[in-house]
Amino acid sequence: MTMTVIWTGMVALSILCGLATGRGPEVAAAAVEGAGAAVELALSIAGMLCLWTGVMEVMRQSGLADRLSRLLAPILRRLYPQAARDRAAMDAISANVSANLLGLGSAATPLGLEAARRLARHSPGVASDALCTLVVCNTASIQLIPTTVATVRAAEGCAAPFDILPAVWLASALSVGVGILACKLFARIWRD
Amino acid sequence: MDLFFTMLVPLTIGVIAIYATFRRVDVYSALVQGAGSGLETLTRIVPSLIGLMTAVYMLRASGALELLAGALAPVMDRLGLPPELLPLMLVRPISGSAALGVGAELISTYGPDSQLGRTAAVMLGSTETTFYTIAVYFGAVKITRTRYAVPAALCADLTGFLAAAWAVRVCFG
Repeated sequence: MTMTVIWTGMVALSILCGLATGRGPEVAAAAVEGAGAAVELALSIAGMLCLWTGVMEVMRQSGLADRLSRLLAPILRRLYPQAARDRAAMDAISANVSANLLGLGSAATPLGLEAARRLARHSPGVASDALCTLVVCNTASIQLIPTTVATVRAAEGCAAPFDILPAVWLASALSVGVGILACKLFARIWRD
Repeated sequence: MDLFFTMLVPLTIGVIAIYATFRRVDVYSALVQGAGSGLETLTRIVPSLIGLMTAVYMLRASGALELLAGALAPVMDRLGLPPELLPLMLVRPISGSAALGVGAELISTYGPDSQLGRTAAVMLGSTETTFYTIAVYFGAVKITRTRYAVPAALCADLTGFLAAAWAVRVCFG
């Protein structure tokens, strides 16, 4: 329902604003152009996107994600002190983080939801500190190789679409770091 | 360093394929199976991409985005963010397909190797669809009191946007 409001609002605003600024004809032209551009965009990224999901499936089957998950477990226990004793929850959290790092989005969500279900058992209906941290970590992107955006850059004729990686890592690390810090800080001062 | 990033794709694919072969994975069938699921993902996002890009194109043609960007330009400038990126920042937490559409449009208009194109790409690569994720997680475990999850997630998003602009300045001068 949210998207309905947003979409209808965008269309209504464009018509009103277009008429007010005398750009009615441009809006009319754009209304028939956008749909075609969407299909063009999808087609231009289709090949590389499918190749990457293929490579990621190879990565998943080779057990790389499990390995990474075991490596991350000790760090994550510090981040979730309230859940550190719940072995199954911590396993799900590690697997969720490693799937997110490797860009295995379709694997990360079910794992994250499994972790969330276990964390939520202790406080039904209310988001505990651990659950807030888990959700905030999942709203931040920690994907090591952002393939979709690199694919878009390649489709636009970029010679080295991955040259943004260091910048992406920097920005991701800062964003996740601040998200976690915000959780730890809010956990102390939040009154509800 | 340039050669490293140019060779990153073939190297990554090669290393993963060799590692998986040693782990006795049927690499080729896994690859084909995964590529098929990529196609499914793509067909799943195309309908929403069509709807959202129509609205985004109309909004851009109407001049509404320029008006909004113009009004917020002083604030954006103060934060070191190009005002052209405002539409991307507004849709990013709400819809992944819309953000991809807006981002692709920016990258195509300004060029993938321009400062703006790079910043748009880094923003896309270092943030997530925050509200969608929150809805999925709290919906799945029936949480009604979300406490500080939304403000904390938005802190992370804002940091991601600011850091993207800063990181592109640092990495590409």
